[in-house]
Amino acid sequence: MTLFIEQCLNGLQFGLLLFLLAAGLTLVFGIMDLVNLAHGSLYMIGAYFAATFAAWTGSFVLGAILALLATLLVGMVVEVVVMRRIYGRDHLDHVLATFGLILFFDEAVRLIWGPAGLSLSLPPWLSAPVQILPGVNYSAYRLAVIVVTLAVAGFLYVLVMRTRIGMLIRAGASNREMVGALGVNIKLLYTLVFGLGAALAGLAGLMQAPILTVQIGMGENIVILAFVITVIGGIGSIRGALVAALLVGFIDTLGRAFFPDILRMLLSKEAAATLAPALSSMLIYLLMAVVLVVKPEGLFSAGNK
Amino acid sequence: MRKALLAASAAVLLAAGPAAAQQKTIKIGFVSTFSGPTAVIGNDMRNSFELALDHMGRKMGGIPVEVIYEDDGQKPDVGKQKTEKLIESDKVDFIAGYIWSNVLLASLKPIVDSKTFLVIANAGPSQIAGELCSPTVFSTSWNNDQTPQAMGLYMNQKGVKSVFLIGPNYAAGKDMLAGVATTFKGQVVGQELTTWPSQLDFSAELAKAKASGAEAVFVFYPGAAGVQFLNQYAAAGLKGTIPLYTAFTIDELSLPLQKDNAIGVPGAQEWVNDLPNDQNKKFVADYRKKYTGLRPTYYGAQAYDAAQLINSAVVATKGKLDDKDTVQKAMEKADFKSIRGDFKFGNNHVPIQNFYLQDVVKDADGQLSLKTVATIVKANQDQHHDKCPMK
Repeated sequence: MTLFIEQCLNGLQFGLLLFLLAAGLTLVFGIMDLVNLAHGSLYMIGAYFAATFAAWTGSFVLGAILALLATLLVGMVVEVVVMRRIYGRDHLDHVLATFGLILFFDEAVRLIWGPAGLSLSLPPWLSAPVQILPGVNYSAYRLAVIVVTLAVAGFLYVLVMRTRIGMLIRAGASNREMVGALGVNIKLLYTLVFGLGAALAGLAGLMQAPILTVQIGMGENIVILAFVITVIGGIGSIRGALVAALLVGFIDTLGRAFFPDILRMLLSKEAAATLAPALSSMLIYLLMAVVLVVKPEGLFSAGNK
Repeated sequence: MRKALLAASAAVLLAAGPAAAQQKTIKIGFVSTFSGPTAVIGNDMRNSFELALDHMGRKMGGIPVEVIYEDDGQKPDVGKQKTEKLIESDKVDFIAGYIWSNVLLASLKPIVDSKTFLVIANAGPSQIAGELCSPTVFSTSWNNDQTPQAMGLYMNQKGVKSVFLIGPNYAAGKDMLAGVATTFKGQVVGQELTTWPSQLDFSAELAKAKASGAEAVFVFYPGAAGVQFLNQYAAAGLKGTIPLYTAFTIDELSLPLQKDNAIGVPGAQEWVNDLPNDQNKKFVADYRKKYTGLRPTYYGAQAYDAAQLINSAVVATKGKLDDKDTVQKAMEKADFKSIRGDFKFGNNHVPIQNFYLQDVVKDADGQLSLKTVATIVKANQDQHHDKCPMK
């Protein structure tokens, strides 16, 4: 039972982290109609900034805050310099341009920080495990990640549903031209939205940094999952992104944890040992396939924001 | 004019004629990973190979050496393609390198079919030590399961009664986990194979290891994954409660990132930077001098020995590389001073060698480094050599 609780927490933590990535992706995709493959690069940049700033300031929290602001800035610069030029174009052009950005960021990181990767150590108060239930210890840092991401999800909800900027964002998603015609500075709005998406990716990257290492290409695998979540949740829907991210997080973690045991009951030991890792990493994609068949527009389609 | 024409046609004739004559250059193809997160390993191998060539005056038996480095990107299909290119278009005399067992297995057929001499500088899939052994294939590393077997013996010495095994789901990962199980006398209470190389979050596996009630955990994660594993092991509160035993998880490349999380975690290895023989002292000192700020790893040490092995064969045959049988016999003698000490080949061209216990300590500069603590096994031969038809 304690194992199950622990695995559920792992799933929750992973799911919420994926939500941060997917929220940024779905905002940019839904509102600006822009396919941004380089979202994973912003995740990587966030992690590199955090490792660098934490080393400079000597404080993990301060480093994280500075890294968040820096990634926001990088996002806004990318929007002004690159993205602004390709909005009206075909999705294929977006894919090409943002793939170019991935190569650019990977090479830039190699030039600035070298090929070896960095590490970001946790302060002592986060690195020790804490007791959450009698007899159940859990990583304090992973708990902190859960708290921070839940807070960010709440902040996003308030921002999009309760503020004037949020209203403009929603309006921009439904009818871009009309919002522009009403005298709203749509360019500035887009820069802000893209910057926000970048900051969310950066936050995900810097929070993963102490668990994983900070290295070139660290965003490439995880951004695929973020795309899967965007598709499952419905493009442009933050609520959909949250639900889908949690689904994916739980299925991936619990699948890895318990699927091999289930297979072992059904098959021979050798067959189960070879099949289980392959099959459990496929579960998420099976989920996506099922969702696409049943509800091609995703669980929460964009009209339902 | 006529003279020039004559000379030219003579040259053509010579080049095309039966090549009893010495070669003009020794061409070596070197396949390793030079891009992506594990490029640091490939760079270390290249650095060491280059250092070996420097020590030889960049000549083998008086003939200049040309090395063509190819990047496999840690992908089996790319590795195979680069290997074919080296054989068919560059027509290399020797191929060396290969970090990853799965890349090597994919690239093996074109090498064996063309009878090109191969010196494996890291990967050690059990198949190549056994039924897939070949007269032209040599290794300056080990077979995958030897190192974890040594670790299994050490765990017996420590009186460990039960263990949980974790490793990546590819050729080497399976060999490693199977290896520990052959020598470890206690009970293997559970085993987890993770998706390789994409899975880097081991929270689900660590929770299972903790819940299994095992006395110890054995792990194999080469490259950056080893850093992530040790960090997460500490964050999950397992370090200090469940002793961790490793193979190929802590080395000079991962240690600066693993830091204190690696202290007190033992590993087994056939080469450690402080082995007391003279050629090793020279290798380590010159490496640190030439590549400031870097330290050689066992990957590099194996690449250095690969260059020495090739050199020994070229010198012994006086550069006549067309007579494959003579070259093979020269290589089988392993007539060079390995930086790991005594070195000889078994019937399957895999070294018979010692395995040492290494520990993480703070060295004179206050930096974390690896230190030899004990010899776990002497003159160890892999368990697959019986299956190799070569005698």
